[in-house]
Amino acid sequence: MSASPYLPTAELANWRKFKSHAITGVLVVCALAVIAPLFFVIYFLLARGASSIDWNFFTQLPKPTGEVGGGMANAIVGTVTLLAMAAVVGVPIGIFGGIYLAEYGSDRANGWIRFAADVLNGVPSIVWGMVIYLVLVVPFKTYSAYAGGVALGLMMVPLVMRTTEEVLILVPQSYREAALALGVARWKVIMVIVVRTALKGIATGVIVAMARIAGETAPLLFTALGNNFWNTNLKEPISALPLQIYAYAISPYDDWHRQAWAGALVLMALILALNITVRVLSRDRQRTH
Amino acid sequence: MSTASTTHVVPAPGSRSPDIAFKWVAAFAAAMIVILIVFVGLELYWGSRLAIAKFGVGFLWSTEWDPVQEKFGALPFIFGTLLSSLLALLIAVPLGVATALFLTELAPLRIRQPIVMAIEMLAAVPSVIFGLWGIFVLIPWLRDHLFVWLKHWLGFLPLFKGPIYGTSMLAAGIIVAIMILPIITSISREILRSVPNLQREAAYALGATRWEVLRIAVLSYARRGLFGAAVLGLGRALGETMAVTMVIGNRPEIAASLFAPGYTLASVVANEFAEATTDIYFNSLFELGLVLLVVAILVNAAAQVMLKSMTGSGPIKVV
Repeated sequence: MSASPYLPTAELANWRKFKSHAITGVLVVCALAVIAPLFFVIYFLLARGASSIDWNFFTQLPKPTGEVGGGMANAIVGTVTLLAMAAVVGVPIGIFGGIYLAEYGSDRANGWIRFAADVLNGVPSIVWGMVIYLVLVVPFKTYSAYAGGVALGLMMVPLVMRTTEEVLILVPQSYREAALALGVARWKVIMVIVVRTALKGIATGVIVAMARIAGETAPLLFTALGNNFWNTNLKEPISALPLQIYAYAISPYDDWHRQAWAGALVLMALILALNITVRVLSRDRQRTH
Repeated sequence: MSTASTTHVVPAPGSRSPDIAFKWVAAFAAAMIVILIVFVGLELYWGSRLAIAKFGVGFLWSTEWDPVQEKFGALPFIFGTLLSSLLALLIAVPLGVATALFLTELAPLRIRQPIVMAIEMLAAVPSVIFGLWGIFVLIPWLRDHLFVWLKHWLGFLPLFKGPIYGTSMLAAGIIVAIMILPIITSISREILRSVPNLQREAAYALGATRWEVLRIAVLSYARRGLFGAAVLGLGRALGETMAVTMVIGNRPEIAASLFAPGYTLASVVANEFAEATTDIYFNSLFELGLVLLVVAILVNAAAQVMLKSMTGSGPIKVV
């Protein structure tokens, strides 16, 4: 452009307008490119997974290597078991930690704990698997459901803690003051008044954390390990959907690939169900407050 | 709200011990966060002590990885982790920031919500499902179309030379980019929303076009925070395990070509942990984990500090 920057010409104005419109177009294309992979993934999950889901998939055990048929019944039950164990480990620590951050502690110390929680949130999931391997697999000389549950549970802690703190802070100060003025002990004020008021928000945080760990594979590789049988003994290896999907995806058998897609579809449906629950819960919360 | 009857919450006069016990339980739970970070670091150090004693710091730049000869070096994996993460950032940061700009500055409310929801759903897709999709959908397409096209037009660059297998550094970069896009987009959106409207109004008042407003008033104001978002994305990219393991080709080589297979710190652990037969092999894998942990913690801490200084209201919670 030859125009002087001090004397806007019609030509320059047109060029500037054109550039602005062009970049608006670029931004739209970028936004579409970002959400496109979601639709591709969902499309292929449905296209390849749905046709492979049948009754056997939910009721049968995996067949031996190379044989056609079988299902992932044990992996589905295993995933649910591991999630429950993770919740037992991670939820109490997370909620009590959140209570401390919201109700006690100095601003400065709490600032550090928040910072640490956000950093801990960024610890790669495979690292959790390695650490729990050393702590719970090596000493007991066996891979176990316990080890897998603890690995997933510890991963939940930072997230549950931060969301619990956030919803507890939203509880009006006057609730606490009113209860304290009646002579109620502080711990009862917290548990009976504050936590109960914020219960829905806390539950939301817990489910968000569960949805995040439900698909984790790396921390289970050397803790829960996976197996092809029914397992009711938590001291022994247990299967999980992500483990089974991984094992089948990298196998050379077409029938296992088919089942990997089916497993992925079921896992995705489970995670979506958890996310929808979160949405319903938080919609209610917005309405009542 | 809560209609708890007062009869059962009246305290026994003078009894403060349950109160103190409760506070300590809560304090312990909060302290667990710090304990866990220290514990994870110490355990990994303990697990890798033999390798640290045997190889010293040379472990970090030795390129040999030969379990049979018991020679172990981390460089191919550090290289693979950094390069795949860098590729992911090169793709994800421009796309993520552009999408955040679109969502905060341009999109009508009606279409904003569905796009935000789609991005949240993308974040919920597990790594192993991206890996499955990568193996059976993305890799074949890259191998038969994009890579061929890149080689045809840009093949004179060393980056795009060599045979095309499909599984490659570039495939890993692309899949990690998809996986970190949600976090980069959502943090960027937070940052852009914190830009005062006064900035925009002032620029419009001077006669700026929409793009000039975004560039002069919004982007330059938010620069530091957007950088923080990118660093946070880097922290995520470094630790990505399953999807990367499934598409990168798992070969401990340092190659100039992006079409060549590679290996990362996280994926070598995932792959070889179960087959590590000797103590020194095992310890070397733990040392790789330790390297990964240290880098991930530093990167995440840096991102938190940057984002905190941008928003001034404590670290942004990352879901």
